[in-house]
Amino acid sequence: MEHFGYLFATYSIIFVAMFLYVAFIWQRQSRLESEVRALEAKLKALTEPRSESGGAESGSKPSP
Amino acid sequence: MARKLVTSLGVLSLILVITALYMVFEYVPTEADEGIVQRIFYFHVPCAWIAFMAFGLVAVAGIFYLWLGGQIWDDLGHAAAETGMLFCTLMLVSGSLWARPMWGTWWTWDSRLTSTFILWLLYGGYLMLRVMIEDSRQVARFAAVIGIVAALDVPVIILSVRLWRTIHPAVLVTRQGGHGLQDPRMVATLLVSLTAITVTFAWLFLVRFAELRMGTRLAALARGIALAEVRSGDI
Repeated sequence: MEHFGYLFATYSIIFVAMFLYVAFIWQRQSRLESEVRALEAKLKALTEPRSESGGAESGSKPSP
Repeated sequence: MARKLVTSLGVLSLILVITALYMVFEYVPTEADEGIVQRIFYFHVPCAWIAFMAFGLVAVAGIFYLWLGGQIWDDLGHAAAETGMLFCTLMLVSGSLWARPMWGTWWTWDSRLTSTFILWLLYGGYLMLRVMIEDSRQVARFAAVIGIVAALDVPVIILSVRLWRTIHPAVLVTRQGGHGLQDPRMVATLLVSLTAITVTFAWLFLVRFAELRMGTRLAALARGIALAEVRSGDI
């Protein structure tokens, strides 16, 4: 089993790198999800005063 | 539908990678000249193939971006460049780990290695450009041009073993024609590894692409909300 260390190191590096890239994508995904929540809250804050004051606007959907 | 496709690709990728690993470590016979270290080849070659394909995709996306100008082409090129860079790095690292016991050195300025390193640097520059400059339209234009120019290096890398004197082995298509894999089990292992890495690339690429599209839509939505906030403040 000469040079087994090189073989083991190669495959370890390949899978660690792929795992790290998946973790990086995951992290970005959670950041985007928190951005979506923040935007939803902003949108709610924008539309709520109108729906409280205006009878005609209360049933209409907010446009982005 | 898209979520199902991504999940299916992820599961398929896992199954194929485990199968490929089994074949690399258990099924395939040890090569007579190089010994056990030759088994690096079964993931090194697919990583190279995927990196070249990804950079080809960057160039195609760049051409379409310059021609049609849609943000989708920029996102496509960005996702392909990032995923391609991962596989290009893995190709260089695995090649270096193979070279140490075979050539007695981690690196040599051979024509194929040098042209591959240039490709890695070009796409490294492409990705750094995206991180460093804020103006997204300007970055997209520059990135499209760099992506197209950098892809011209791919045929140079592929043909380098035929064009120049090089110590890099030509296993898939030898200098005499034909392929250098003596055993059918070696060919089968290479094909399974190639499929496994291709499906893994497709999965990673689709996830990253979907994320970039979502980011683009969110940025547009945030701009719309900010504008609405300003207008409601004026009233």
